[in-house]
Amino acid sequence: MLRFTFRRLLQIIPVLWIIITATFFMIRFVPGGPFTAEKAVTPEILRNLEAHYGLDKPLYRQYFDYMGSLLRGDLGPSFKYPNRTVNEIIGDKLPTSLELGFISLAVALVLGITLGTLAAVKRNTWLDYMCSSSAMIGICVPTFVLGPLFVLTFAIHFQWLNASGWYGPSDRILPCLTLGCVYAAYIARLTRGGMLEVLNQDYIRTARAKGAGELRVVFKHAMRGGLLPVISFLGPGIAGILTGSFVIETIFQIPGLGREFVNSAFNRDYTLVLGTVILYATLIVVLNLVVDIVQIWLNPKLKFE
Amino acid sequence: MCFVSFVVKIPMVSLSPSPDRIPPAVVTPEQIETGHSLWHDAWSRLRKNKLAVFGGVTLIVLGLLCGIGPFFTQSYQTQNLDLGATPPSAAHWLGTDTLGRDLFSRILFGGRISILVGLVATFVALAIGVTYGAVSGFFGGKLDAFMMRIVDIMYALPFTIFVILLMVFFGRNIFLLFFAIGAVEWLTMARIVRGQIMTIKKMEYIEAARALGLGKRRIIFRHMIPNILGPIIVYTTLTIPAVMLLEAFLSFLGLGVQPPMSSWGVLIKDGAEKMEEFWWLLVFPGGVFSLTLFSLNFLGDGLRDALDVRSSKD
Repeated sequence: MLRFTFRRLLQIIPVLWIIITATFFMIRFVPGGPFTAEKAVTPEILRNLEAHYGLDKPLYRQYFDYMGSLLRGDLGPSFKYPNRTVNEIIGDKLPTSLELGFISLAVALVLGITLGTLAAVKRNTWLDYMCSSSAMIGICVPTFVLGPLFVLTFAIHFQWLNASGWYGPSDRILPCLTLGCVYAAYIARLTRGGMLEVLNQDYIRTARAKGAGELRVVFKHAMRGGLLPVISFLGPGIAGILTGSFVIETIFQIPGLGREFVNSAFNRDYTLVLGTVILYATLIVVLNLVVDIVQIWLNPKLKFE
Repeated sequence: MCFVSFVVKIPMVSLSPSPDRIPPAVVTPEQIETGHSLWHDAWSRLRKNKLAVFGGVTLIVLGLLCGIGPFFTQSYQTQNLDLGATPPSAAHWLGTDTLGRDLFSRILFGGRISILVGLVATFVALAIGVTYGAVSGFFGGKLDAFMMRIVDIMYALPFTIFVILLMVFFGRNIFLLFFAIGAVEWLTMARIVRGQIMTIKKMEYIEAARALGLGKRRIIFRHMIPNILGPIIVYTTLTIPAVMLLEAFLSFLGLGVQPPMSSWGVLIKDGAEKMEEFWWLLVFPGGVFSLTLFSLNFLGDGLRDALDVRSSKD
């Protein structure tokens, strides 16, 4: 177990290095720089700007400079927001995005596991059909349709909630519900499948034969095995929720890092793009590793494969 | 790590006769059973699945509407600024947008692009995935371990972010869009094909092909891939909605298809911006898009059940 964790941790380093290097050079080889904006600047000012940000140095020097400061945890200055560093911007915006992501994940897990378990326990009843078909709807109605529809219904028609913004707790409801619903649908399907498989196994019959109550059988005995597919989905699921927040933050005008990333890419704010890509990539790769470890911890069979 | 874990085993020949057709003791000429091919069996199973049939029919109708429809409707570009945005009416079935353009024809035109992107990008993913998986599974050993390790690592990468960067930096070119999406979606296909190839590699007919002295390429493409078409078709049907979703996601962020072309994603984006006054601009494109995803998913699930021996037994 420890060896496995250590080996996987070592693997993360080259993966991250490839991501950083690829993004760095991809950005540099694109036509147009951060200062070729709407208003043209005179050549002298351009030269000064480039010298200030070190863009006049040869590319390999820029690369090593960047990698050097990255090792010290410094992501450099932003090109588009004068006097602000990328670290500051990320520190500013990341908490919002993380909050959105975590609440949505919680919504997805609670909703998905409840619906999926209900559907599996009451297999082939109207309750199962209801849960299964609402899961299918959740998968097929993408966030960028569901979100505006929620706004249209609850904010514009009934006027219960704000259409956009991120101030009070009630502003969390619509965005987190939108982002959570889609993943709740996937999780419900996986839970149903996993639970159905487990509920047919001998050890469940044994538990029932020993007189364990239905609730105890489902929650104590079946769930541990039945939720394995959900755990393995969490890796891609978390990545999806993180990138899905780009759209959610645009729809609900939430000042998070996702919207900042899309804007910075449009603005060619090199350092901000690099910084956010590195951050997202690290988050996703590390969370994937955590999911892998949890999976093996829960299911010792996997160790031997 | 591998969250798509369905291993589809397909029979070489379907041997199980349906229970209501037990062979009689005396065989008269009329009663001689004709052989049922795998495809014939799958087809009859698929036809019994109402949701899959519904999905298939809807897709055919939508495909025809988007393919031929635009020749008969009003032009999707004709503007009528005096008219402006009007709710659904007899003249404009689904209403008009703020420039007075007919929404119905815009949806049909947008559908062309969305479906085209879905098909072409899926084809790119298919080509890469099948070749990669087949090579990896066929040669096995160290090469296989190495190639699958790469797939594992790529699974962990935040690809959506790369597609966004690609689209921003290299111009929003529709051909780039095909390849960018295709290059993201091939990983699962490669895994499935590899698994299938490994199971049929040891079969006698492959050995026979080897004994006849056929080249490796010929064995893979002529003898192996046709025999694993089932899982490939199933997974292709399930990749198309994923691809269309990614295209719409990009278009919604303003990174996908560019005006004057439009796709369902673009229409949804426009609709979401104007929904406060003109709800139909969001509801109809969103509805058609969701309906398409529904149909594709139902059809894919139905095909999986129809071609999968395991699930058809219970």
